Amino acid sequence: MLARRIIPCLDVREGKVVKGVKFRNHEIIGDIVPLAQKYAEMGADELVFYDITASSDQRVVDKSWVSRIAEKIDIPFCVAGGIKTVEQARIILEMGADKISINSPALANPELITELNQRFGQQCIVIGIDSFYNKDTNQYEVYQFTGDESRTQKTSWTTFDWIQEVQKRGAGEIVLNCMNQDGVREGYDIVQLKQARAVCNVPLIASGGAGAIEHFTTVFKDADVDGALAASVFHKNVIEMAELKQTLINENVEIRPC
Amino acid sequence: MSVNTDQKIVIIDTGCANLSSLRFAVERLGYKVEVSFDEAVIKNADKVFLPGVGSANAAMHIINERKLIPIIKSLTQPVLGICLGMQLMTAFSKEGNVDCLQLIDEQVNPIQAEGLRLPHMGWNTLSSISDHPIFSGITFDDYFYFVHSFCVSTSTNTLATCDYGQTFAASIGSGNFAGVQFHPERSGKAGAKIIKNFLEMKA
Repeated sequence: MLARRIIPCLDVREGKVVKGVKFRNHEIIGDIVPLAQKYAEMGADELVFYDITASSDQRVVDKSWVSRIAEKIDIPFCVAGGIKTVEQARIILEMGADKISINSPALANPELITELNQRFGQQCIVIGIDSFYNKDTNQYEVYQFTGDESRTQKTSWTTFDWIQEVQKRGAGEIVLNCMNQDGVREGYDIVQLKQARAVCNVPLIASGGAGAIEHFTTVFKDADVDGALAASVFHKNVIEMAELKQTLINENVEIRPC
Repeated sequence: MSVNTDQKIVIIDTGCANLSSLRFAVERLGYKVEVSFDEAVIKNADKVFLPGVGSANAAMHIINERKLIPIIKSLTQPVLGICLGMQLMTAFSKEGNVDCLQLIDEQVNPIQAEGLRLPHMGWNTLSSISDHPIFSGITFDDYFYFVHSFCVSTSTNTLATCDYGQTFAASIGSGNFAGVQFHPERSGKAGAKIIKNFLEMKA
């Protein structure tokens, strides 16, 4: 059976892995390649490298680390951050990334999704969505440029409309980052993810809020997501991969053992 | 048993994006490998990989442009197709309705996922495994990384199967040509074993 995926996310800034709380106050966690290798060996099913400065600085930073990762690890990985053109995507994929994840540039130019799909195929086009629950309007709203506080802005898209739009345009997978939960480790946003699941026919990855093993159990069982992404719980050894996977297996979630 | 790491190993440069991950996987096993679309280099190889990602149409277009079709067809040494590379070994793909390399008498069709999400993306196990040498030591407990929306049905050419909505061929083979639908270069230790088995196969 197809296994649910555990996906550590490594936020990258200037060649180092960093982690912020609610997208802010980034602290350095360590070097990229050794961390990537460590996670692959521990039993991660996939890795996401998210260059948090690229998109908001209006530049594509040096991505030579992509091929250094590809050289060392034997599990799939995805690169996100600042990919705005087919040519930029091609370079990242040729360096050995399995997928590219597009967020703000897809909002600025939705046609980019279509172009990427036609050139590289649906399987490597991941769309990242930063979704914020607005209590006042009771709406889930899509934000862009979330890597830079001064430029972070609300878009005109509601989250579930955007999920449908990106699928129409050829997205192969969606990572839904629930911003209210990000970095606070109080659990995934099950309510939102369930609604997202209902309109999402491609693989759906939950992001934001993992703080304990039971959060993973709940997100797989209740929100039926294909993968769960997390950062700080792994970087800070709050959760141990082998224990997480064994617990999920005991809970009858289909998981690839470590 | 001594292993011959001095073999000439070639990855056919199909112009598809992720050739480097396959090259790195072969190199991690201690082998040298060349990426090429040069006729002499490919024909002279002991083992040949045919990689591919993206759409069948786009890949066949590049293979044709690089005049690789007669070269690949003429190969007599072991050739391993990977993911789209496996699909290109068949006669025809419904993905873009394109004629393929006609190396294995099969056809590529959309996965009948019966309501499951597509693409079939992630780690899955095999539901049957033949005694073909590339599957030596592989068990039903091993997971492999799949990413695809099209597949080859099971038949006498099937070397292994996988279940996702339908049972499909996770691997096919005929004569010196074999292919795997999953990505061994991205399938951890189990995937490395498949690549190693292929490289250690007697030509």
